[in-house]
Amino acid sequence: MGFISRGFKGKRREGVSSARVPPGQHVVDDFPILSAGPTPKIPLSEWSFSVIGEVDEPKRWTWTEFRSLPTETFSVDIHCVTKWSKLDTRWTGVSVDTILGDIPTAADFAVAFSEGGYTTNLPVDDLTGGKAWVAFEYDGQPLDPEHGGPARLLVPHLYLWKSAKWVRGISLQTEDEPGFWESNGYHNRGDPWREQRYWGD
Amino acid sequence: MARAAVLGRLTWQLGEVAELIRETPRVSSLVVDVPDWPGHLAGQHVDVRLTAEDGYQAQRSYSIASPPEDPRVTLTVERLDDGEVSPYLVGELRVGDKIELRGPIGGYFVWRAGDDRPLLLLAGGSGIVPLMAMIRHHSAAGAKAPVRLLYSSRSIEDVIYRDELDRLSAQNKDLVVAHTLTRSQPPAWSGYSRRIDRDMLDQVAWPQEHAPDVFICGPTAFVETASGLLVESGYAASWIRTERFGATGG
Repeated sequence: MGFISRGFKGKRREGVSSARVPPGQHVVDDFPILSAGPTPKIPLSEWSFSVIGEVDEPKRWTWTEFRSLPTETFSVDIHCVTKWSKLDTRWTGVSVDTILGDIPTAADFAVAFSEGGYTTNLPVDDLTGGKAWVAFEYDGQPLDPEHGGPARLLVPHLYLWKSAKWVRGISLQTEDEPGFWESNGYHNRGDPWREQRYWGD
Repeated sequence: MARAAVLGRLTWQLGEVAELIRETPRVSSLVVDVPDWPGHLAGQHVDVRLTAEDGYQAQRSYSIASPPEDPRVTLTVERLDDGEVSPYLVGELRVGDKIELRGPIGGYFVWRAGDDRPLLLLAGGSGIVPLMAMIRHHSAAGAKAPVRLLYSSRSIEDVIYRDELDRLSAQNKDLVVAHTLTRSQPPAWSGYSRRIDRDMLDQVAWPQEHAPDVFICGPTAFVETASGLLVESGYAASWIRTERFGATGG
């Protein structure tokens, strides 16, 4: 390092351990909203969640069926590539381990797809092992449409664009296929601790 | 979906502030000379990184206001009083200072002058910035696409680029600019005087048969309302690209 911004002092935040804030991020108290297009409004009667792709038989749950799956409530820190992090966010959802549990597949990659056409790609290893959920409650309340309701993917160890809002399913694949932001300049994996924001990071 | 223009690694670059333009009491434009700037598209943004003497760093993203035709990079920044980076950029920074930035970033919220579809731009507050890059690009390239801009500000003093928008729309019949002032209006104000609503969009927006390209940028409530109204009036969601900010900048 060499460059110093003349006259810049910064506002360090009290009471937040830097061990919880990835490089280049700052902690916020509100819950900012970012999305690339209009917020879809999905009636629960028309909602479903599917697992398709490299599987013997595609699987599909209606909202009622999905909500009968075992749930988990958990607190995690979330990190958006636009630089904000929010600590101790509380969610309820179904673990992706539960969703993929009894589906035999040889796939190493996945594409999460959403209402409205959004996609994001992840290695299956980033979706399994207790690291990812399909969440439908935030802080004890049904998830707002602006935040991805009725249900969004939540993969808190990666930048938040991987946590697809309005998620409708997962396509399992033998080959990696860049999703929406991954095709538009953003990093293929998006690990905030390695500051993998953009292509080449 | 087209691949973005940005292909290589985005490295941090040192730019020099060549000019500071006070746009409104809270908003300034920083005109930055970046020696190896690779060029950008209208609508893209950059990351700015500030470093204190003890090594502490802060990063934020800012939209580029200058068009691709301009070799310098102009960032228009609103000062957020409780922010960390914006009070430095709007207040402390002087002509001749250096700042670190990397970009351009973002391959989706962009418009290219070759596209002749009608353009609808909806701006709330400093959400005008990336849309101004599109308007300047349109003008510099002599583009044929007809443009309609609806720009919502609190008061006349808060309207960024007001003179330039007046001038460009007077010169170009294909650029129509409508303002709404939500909090206070000057005497004899002939524009709208309320938050964006259905009647306003019915008057300003292209009828949906035109299948316009739509870019919306502003605070979340503005973007949610505007995009929701357009979808209700028959616009396809796929025509509408949004960029949002809330109390997230700083």
